[in-house]
Amino acid sequence: MIELSIRDGRRKMVNYFSLAVLCALAFAAIAPLFFIFAYLLLRGWGGLSWSFFTEIPRPVGESGGGMANAITGSLVLMGLSSALGVPLGLACGMALSELKKTRTAKALRIAIDLLTSVPSIVIGLFAYALVVVPLKGYSAWAGGFALAIVMVPIVARSTEEILKLVPSAVHEAGLALGLPRWKVLMRLILPGVRTGITTGILLALARVSGETAPLLFTAFSNSFGFRGLSSPIASMPVQIYTYATSHDETWRQLAWTGALVLVFVVFLLNLVTRILTRRKI
Amino acid sequence: MNRSPKGSTNLSGRANIGDRVFYAGLRAVSWTTILLFVGMLIFIADLSWIAIKETGWKFWTIDDWNPPMEIFGAAPFIVGTLASSAIAVMISAPISIGTALFLREIAPRKLAGIVAFLVELLAAIPSVVYGLWGVFVLAPVMRDHIQPFLATWFGPETYFAAALAHVLTGIAYPFLLLADAFGMTSVTLVSLSAKMMMFSQGLFNGPPLGLGLLTSGLVLAIMITPTVTALSREVLLTVPDSVREAALGLGATRWEMIRLALLKTGRAGLIGAVILGLGRAIGETMAVTMVIGNRNAIPSSLFEPAQTMASVIANEYNEADGLHLSSLAFVGLSLFIVSLIVNLLARTLVRYLERGSRA
Repeated sequence: MIELSIRDGRRKMVNYFSLAVLCALAFAAIAPLFFIFAYLLLRGWGGLSWSFFTEIPRPVGESGGGMANAITGSLVLMGLSSALGVPLGLACGMALSELKKTRTAKALRIAIDLLTSVPSIVIGLFAYALVVVPLKGYSAWAGGFALAIVMVPIVARSTEEILKLVPSAVHEAGLALGLPRWKVLMRLILPGVRTGITTGILLALARVSGETAPLLFTAFSNSFGFRGLSSPIASMPVQIYTYATSHDETWRQLAWTGALVLVFVVFLLNLVTRILTRRKI
Repeated sequence: MNRSPKGSTNLSGRANIGDRVFYAGLRAVSWTTILLFVGMLIFIADLSWIAIKETGWKFWTIDDWNPPMEIFGAAPFIVGTLASSAIAVMISAPISIGTALFLREIAPRKLAGIVAFLVELLAAIPSVVYGLWGVFVLAPVMRDHIQPFLATWFGPETYFAAALAHVLTGIAYPFLLLADAFGMTSVTLVSLSAKMMMFSQGLFNGPPLGLGLLTSGLVLAIMITPTVTALSREVLLTVPDSVREAALGLGATRWEMIRLALLKTGRAGLIGAVILGLGRAIGETMAVTMVIGNRNAIPSSLFEPAQTMASVIANEYNEADGLHLSSLAFVGLSLFIVSLIVNLLARTLVRYLERGSRA
């Protein structure tokens, strides 16, 4: 009996110790978030001014200047990529949920799964081969195309998930009214899950707004501002990368402030999606 | 005539024209996307064609990358990618699985919600921001504090290095015997042990630079933790409550229940989650490019700067042409294939677990 109780004591000790370790591990997982956020505020906040949003960067050595070119560039790129990526993603999501177990849907599901796992720099290579080479130069088109490919699987997945949640009774009610299937889907079901679909699109936008690798040799960069869709275009992430790796103090400051703004936008998008999902479909 | 899915029939008896067009459209879009994916492989293979013809499969074993001399071998980048991802996974796996267990078993519902949200935010931070933070905040800390500490305790001529060399020799020796039996190699035990000793002594050797393999592995670990945590949580949810309750009912402590019921039952899925994290680490570009130090050679120490498959493309693609450009595309093609294999492997494992839990 005594031996048993000693063993029990040991088991209890091991138990408490292990549970404490799990708590510590969870803490270790979220600690970097605070470190990163603290430094973004510490280093980036000081550079926040009106001119950051309205001025284009100045040459090395001169102080002042902003990232207006990168901000407009990012907006243009996000618009372009949404124009292609959102409809394609939505259609893929609908195809996944409507075509169910057909050969097409199975193949599509594999393609979407694998598309999610393609490293974004490889997507950049693809856009380079498909758009930059034929157009003979870096362009906003190429950058938008690369980002669209990043968006497609995200939008498709979330659309499929949302459509799965719609009770089949809605489907059946529509069909019972004699409506054709496409009308049931487009007029009855889609309007009902609008919020859920918006959530997916916002998440895709949040992801795309921070993508750098696929833009390096597709959209490239420029320091003058918008020059049309067939010429190189600046973007926040690429600009941050360029400035962070430069040796100019002003530029490094711009990189920190840019990162702060970028993270703020991304967090805001995430927060909005969270609030939208909490209200449920 | 009845081509609409689920074999549904219209009451009016005729197939609806709108439906036919609509479903044809969906099918067309699906195949477009599938083609897009296949096209990706073909186009990148086309970009790398010159390099494939020039160097062939030797490309992966040549350990020199020298654009001015037109020597292109991917071995330094393959080693860099494997090493940095391995470090990332070794750090991230226990943290992520621990966090997932914490969220499911320990944290009260409210706290679990908050922690899960914070981990999600970590996933939302763009890669380039991790890079910025890594270069200006983490690298100096690594250089001034962590790397000197590691060098003192695990560096050359420490007990750790000696012990590690012996353990590695012990692990490798059976393989050596096996290879010897097939007449494939003539490495002796002495030279094997010497090699392992060199490897172990070199691991934490050299001047602490801040930027390098170890720092990039650490940044990668932070970046993949949200992914692995989320996937592990999903895996843990597939373990039925009855298994947990059975363990507790037999008088297991909470930790014993976690070990026996959760970790053991979910093993395949958890490994799958970690491998998916590995896949992310392998393909991650910007943060690594910024902190790994960009040196095109096989590193012998974790403190040394290195280069990964993704980072060399990011660094050199804009200034490359001809064979150089094509070789970079070949690196990209290799990266593409590796990440496909890793992901398929992980998915198979997760699916295997799902089937197991249903049975």
